[in-house]
Amino acid sequence: MTVSLEPGASAPRLATSPIAGHGFFQWLRAQWVGLDRWVLLVVGVSLLLALPVLTVFVTALQPAGAVWRHLADTVLADYVRNSLLLMLGVGVGTLLIGVPAAWLTSIHEFPGRRLFEWMLLLPMAIPAYIIAYTYTGLLDFAGPVQTALRESFHWSRQDYWFPEIRSLPGAVLMLALVLYPYVYLLARAAFLEQSVAVLEVSRSLGAGPWRRFHAVSLPMARPALIAGVSLVQMEALADYGTVQYFGVSTFTTGIFRVWYGMNDSIAAAQLAGLLLLFVFALLVFERFSRRLARFHHTGNRQFRPARLALRGRWRWLATLACLLPLLFGFLLPAGQLAIWAFRTAPRMMDGRFWHLLSHSLSLALGAALLILALALLLGYGQRLRPRPLARAAVRGAGLGYAVPGTVVAIGVMLPLAAIDRGVDGWARQWLGLSTGLLLSGTVMALLFAYCTRFLPVALHSVEAGLARIRPSMDDAARALGATPRAVLWRVHIPMLRGSLLTAVLLVFVDVLKELPATLILRPFNFNTLAVRTYELASDERLADSASFALAVVLAGIGPVILLSRAIGRSRPGYDAVS
Amino acid sequence: MTPFLDLAAIDVAYPPKRVVENVSFKMNSAAIGCLLGPSGCGKTTLLRAIAGFEPIQSGSIRLEGTELSRPGWTLPPEQRRIGMMFQDLALFPHLTVADNVAFGLRGWKADERRARVRDLLRLVGLDEYARRYPHQISGGQQQRVALARALAPRPRLLLLDEPFSSLDVALREDLAHEIRAILLREGIGGLLVSHDQFEAFAFADQIGVLDQGRLLQWDNAYNLYHRPADHFVADFIGQGVFLPGQMGEGSRVCTELGDIDGIPLAGCEPGDPVEVLVRPDDVTHDDASPLAAEVVERAFRGAEFLYTLKLPSGARLLCLAPSHHNHRLGERIGIRLEIDHLVMFRRG
Repeated sequence: MTVSLEPGASAPRLATSPIAGHGFFQWLRAQWVGLDRWVLLVVGVSLLLALPVLTVFVTALQPAGAVWRHLADTVLADYVRNSLLLMLGVGVGTLLIGVPAAWLTSIHEFPGRRLFEWMLLLPMAIPAYIIAYTYTGLLDFAGPVQTALRESFHWSRQDYWFPEIRSLPGAVLMLALVLYPYVYLLARAAFLEQSVAVLEVSRSLGAGPWRRFHAVSLPMARPALIAGVSLVQMEALADYGTVQYFGVSTFTTGIFRVWYGMNDSIAAAQLAGLLLLFVFALLVFERFSRRLARFHHTGNRQFRPARLALRGRWRWLATLACLLPLLFGFLLPAGQLAIWAFRTAPRMMDGRFWHLLSHSLSLALGAALLILALALLLGYGQRLRPRPLARAAVRGAGLGYAVPGTVVAIGVMLPLAAIDRGVDGWARQWLGLSTGLLLSGTVMALLFAYCTRFLPVALHSVEAGLARIRPSMDDAARALGATPRAVLWRVHIPMLRGSLLTAVLLVFVDVLKELPATLILRPFNFNTLAVRTYELASDERLADSASFALAVVLAGIGPVILLSRAIGRSRPGYDAVS
Repeated sequence: MTPFLDLAAIDVAYPPKRVVENVSFKMNSAAIGCLLGPSGCGKTTLLRAIAGFEPIQSGSIRLEGTELSRPGWTLPPEQRRIGMMFQDLALFPHLTVADNVAFGLRGWKADERRARVRDLLRLVGLDEYARRYPHQISGGQQQRVALARALAPRPRLLLLDEPFSSLDVALREDLAHEIRAILLREGIGGLLVSHDQFEAFAFADQIGVLDQGRLLQWDNAYNLYHRPADHFVADFIGQGVFLPGQMGEGSRVCTELGDIDGIPLAGCEPGDPVEVLVRPDDVTHDDASPLAAEVVERAFRGAEFLYTLKLPSGARLLCLAPSHHNHRLGERIGIRLEIDHLVMFRRG
């Protein structure tokens, strides 16, 4: 055995001196080699997914046409005002419902607390447009409430005033009832993570429960609350089904009107661009407060003392404060849907229903699997090649969750239609035949929109799961002869099973519920549960729509169960929401 | 004869920082080497470059004469037939012990694969645990699974990235000896990364000392201790202090402790400042000696005391004395220098 010490070990380096340029070209080549197919794939897919949003922005920058000037002179102010009022109202409403519920369930003990902890999430299962249809049916003139009032007081039509649910305040109420769980979740996490010591100190300084709430806990939770409200407001801005049904003119209904009524795609894109500015302002706000929230953690979590047991009437008031949102946000509407469905199902659940159901489910499942594959590609590609370029591209594609479905649909339609026109023109000129609509108006377009909108949901799960797998796992598998692709199949996917299932379930339900993008992009005669519910409700066949709506709601309970299990593990985290 | 592993003037960089600079060494087959150095010296990066996880910016890495890495080209790790044991072991949590060991045996016939797994589990004494999952066995057993898994595909070279650091001292030594014996028996080369010189001495035949990305010396343990190539190696390996002195006539060195027979240093004129390495075992306690030093610190080590002594000039020395020589702090004791292997460097 001979082992020799190289005499040149500490000699001055010669490699770069003879040809000065050599080293530079080598460096350049190394950079270029670094841009291998993984990086190109990740950047390419991310750019493709960012295309709709980019299209909307670029189109919005075009000079204003006659339609836009007309809009600006007439209804634009209404759109802005109504959208802002909706945003503000829903923000305030969700705070009023979500914060007390979170405060009560996280710190106190009262009858039913354990049950409320997760049941308060149930309204998330109901899409806003479905709760709007349900309450309309409940509260309109022929509905059970007014009928009961008339019968018990022997009133007739002119004898009483009844609030009109189909109005802006009504829309605010509907959205607040189904969106408050976002605020509840984040507020709950914030309250639970607050240092016990801080609360005990304020107690020792003589602060009673009310003062502890408004002078200590609430200010400390403020960043989390702002983050929650920002999320809620993004959803409120994105809503189409509710405001459309209630006849409230907002950005989303405006976009539809301009797109279909005035046939002006540029003006529609300009409206969409304006809406996007609102959304991105909220997004910046949300990101910023989340960062603040991290700094607001004071000290370590010590052991948690026993919950404060409420006594006397406070117990029942607390129970009531938690019961009301659950009652009006879930039990009542779901119950009404069940009654309607029970009545109309024999008629509605015919062959077409089952066909539509399987069609809708397989579309959602297909989209979820496609999105999962893309999320895995982006997540794993970034892990293999942690380049700033790839990272930035994926971050860009990840903003899609904030973009309203209406905007995504416009952004998908414009470039696909342009491609179709181009191909068609080329084929007519050179082949003498018309290719018609190749991309727009096909399931492709619909899937593209779903990918843009819902990829971030799956990516979040995949990235969180991948982050838990130490890099040495990859290295160990590589050293044992596995190629990068084999590492993904043999190590990561088996280890990620849980995260992948979660991702598929979340996206599946989101696709099932999606309304505006599906309405715009669906192929002719193509229907989903959500669209059919919308169509029947628009025809004032609320009871007939219940079977379809109930199917959507039942599917929506899946994610709620996932979330409540996460809560049961008592690791309340921000991950639970976004 | 071509060397088994041959690193020629390699650089590894995480731009803009160069982490490994101009490192060269050769290792022959069935040899066991160690890269030793303080944390952050680049030893793990160097190991990862050999495994193929890091590209190199200059030089080349060859194994059995075939090139594995050169600037702009890196043979992927999965094609190198180099095994690796990781600091955190990186056992696959979703696979049983047997499936972990079989992971690298893709493409083997089923019966051969089963036989190989059985042999290896027997080799590391875990045949009872084949069906357990990694979290169901102890830390030392996990270590053995990681070893069996790395050895299963018959690698040409096994790289070990501080795999013993999570074990307690007794277990660590046993396992190091065991792995060494297995490697020698199977004729597999080994290269360990460590920051612990005793681990290196126990495990490796040849040791490379790294500091700030440079390989300072590649040698056996005896030579590292007694013939260190520079000040850093002398300081890092073993204990000792540098005693300042001056070059005298011929190869004499004048120090505070008298004139010593030095060694000729290239380019050194009489009168030039030098420093002499004095190890604790070079200083003998002798009451008859005219040289005396004050005890300023003492550490009881069972069989002996390690005294820290202060010379009249303020310079400090370490002295290892049998533990029946019990001196108090502040006491002045007689000492004598008995240097067998003189190590000296130019000062300044």
